Amino acid sequence: MKTGGKYILSVILGSLGFALAAILNIIVPVKADVSFEKHIVAGYLVDSNEAYRIVLLAIIILFILKAILDYRDEARRKKYIRGAKFRFVMGILLFVWDALGTKYQILTQPFFPGPAGIMEAFISEGDFLWKNTLYSLRLYLYGFIIGTFAGIVTGTLVGWFKRVDYWISPILKVLGVVPAVVWMPFALTLLPTAFGAAVFLIAVSVWILVATLTAAGVKETPKRQLEAARTLGGGQAYQVFHVALPHAMPQIFTGITTANGYAFTTLVMAEMMGQPGGLGYYINASKVWSAYYKVFAAIIVMAIMFSIITTLLEKLQNYMLRWQKGVLK
Amino acid sequence: MSTTNDEIILKIENVNRIYNDGDTETEALSDINLEIKKGEFISIIGASGCGKTTLLRLIAGLDKPQSGDLYLYDEKIKGADPKRGYVFQNGGLYEWLTVEQNIAAGLKARHVYKKEKHRIPNYVEMMGLNGFENVFIHQISGGMAQRVAIARSLINNPEVLLLDEPMGALDNFTRAALQDKILEIKAKKNITMILVTHDIDEALYLSDRIIIMTPRPGKISEIIDVKMNHPRNRNGVDYVELRKKLLEKFHLASEVKEPEYTI
Repeated sequence: MKTGGKYILSVILGSLGFALAAILNIIVPVKADVSFEKHIVAGYLVDSNEAYRIVLLAIIILFILKAILDYRDEARRKKYIRGAKFRFVMGILLFVWDALGTKYQILTQPFFPGPAGIMEAFISEGDFLWKNTLYSLRLYLYGFIIGTFAGIVTGTLVGWFKRVDYWISPILKVLGVVPAVVWMPFALTLLPTAFGAAVFLIAVSVWILVATLTAAGVKETPKRQLEAARTLGGGQAYQVFHVALPHAMPQIFTGITTANGYAFTTLVMAEMMGQPGGLGYYINASKVWSAYYKVFAAIIVMAIMFSIITTLLEKLQNYMLRWQKGVLK
Repeated sequence: MSTTNDEIILKIENVNRIYNDGDTETEALSDINLEIKKGEFISIIGASGCGKTTLLRLIAGLDKPQSGDLYLYDEKIKGADPKRGYVFQNGGLYEWLTVEQNIAAGLKARHVYKKEKHRIPNYVEMMGLNGFENVFIHQISGGMAQRVAIARSLINNPEVLLLDEPMGALDNFTRAALQDKILEIKAKKNITMILVTHDIDEALYLSDRIIIMTPRPGKISEIIDVKMNHPRNRNGVDYVELRKKLLEKFHLASEVKEPEYTI
């Protein structure tokens, strides 16, 4: 009974901040004489303030739905209660931001638009933003997958064959200290398309890191485990693919997750320096027109996209390395 | 209860092994000659550095002698082979695989997994690993890990099972249980076993013959026959007497000098 009451309180508290933000947005008029243009979104004519309120409402509904789903499990229920304060403060921050950025225009415009201002970017050119997001995503996936694959292959060769190690390791070491974007001028001239050039840069930044860590992991394979493979009848291929590489997997994943961060940086820089699309390009293009609300919108999309990618990678890592956990079945 | 016939399974002829470590040369094995009969249980004991593990590694084919030859039946040993299974001191298990997958590793390594995977449950059963098939290596005890390691070797139907101090890191109860397990398997499958150990009692409990080695250079100093039926009573008169004799020989062989005290 007591936890039940607490739970309901936490649901109310969590929603309260967002509700206050919505109420402020409805009640308080905009100080400056700014008109909000209406745009057609999913068949409805809305302005950015209305869109902002819809988002707030969606957040409230989502958290209430989550509360209903989490209620059955005790651990998740506790986690939900713990998160209530944070959600409340988030709502209040939106409240303050809306007041300062849109309603009373205390923040310097157009550098720091309010939340409704940022919504403007989504409702006025959502399609364009989405197209650029997909461009970035495609660029990232190509570069990251090629780089990871090349890195694992190189790293395995370096880790397994002494001669490859002798010739390739120094190169990896030297290249490793230079940020991959420095190759931009060459990439742009040598590769036929700008897209290819950016893929190349991302792949290089991932490749070096993954190769270095894969090599280290393969080299550190205990002799005993390789000898065991030999006495079991395993040839060289078995030793590489069934012993050395699985043994190196934790390091490979360290390489991949670190490289993931590098890849984001390289991606955005490459896009800002000369791509016909992508979020980096969108930011640059918006900056030229002083459309800072669009810059913020692109940053939000980036944050969401990169968070999703990072979370998916973590999930994959946890699955692949599940044998490391001391958890009982 | 010697199940041996007189067929020689393993022959070691004039084997020498020298380790070169920069300037220093260590004679790990010097002029080793030995014949082992099919179905025999041999223990090799000796102080550390006597070359007992080196000898085992040569038999496994994990190492090569400078001179001399080793034969399994009449076939010269040239490299590692599943015919000579090897159980390492600390398992050498693959911690990214489950118990069952570790046991199956030998089948995968020999590319017969699809054809022979139906045999896996037999080995799980034989080593008492039921209920732990899908558990990872980090989650099982040391004794259980060694049973997995033994099962992993046995599934390849080895002619000889080489045991490199497999019970060295186990507590007394676990060790005794594993010793009985090994005897049980040997009785069932009549596999020739060679055990390296520093535990005289273990050698006495398990072996048909005990080989005592001396260090620097590694040599066979004595071979002792143990003619007692299994199961052996560790407190029996014969047993205790032989242990006493063995201890004396072992100490002589290891040249343990009385410490000198200077005041």
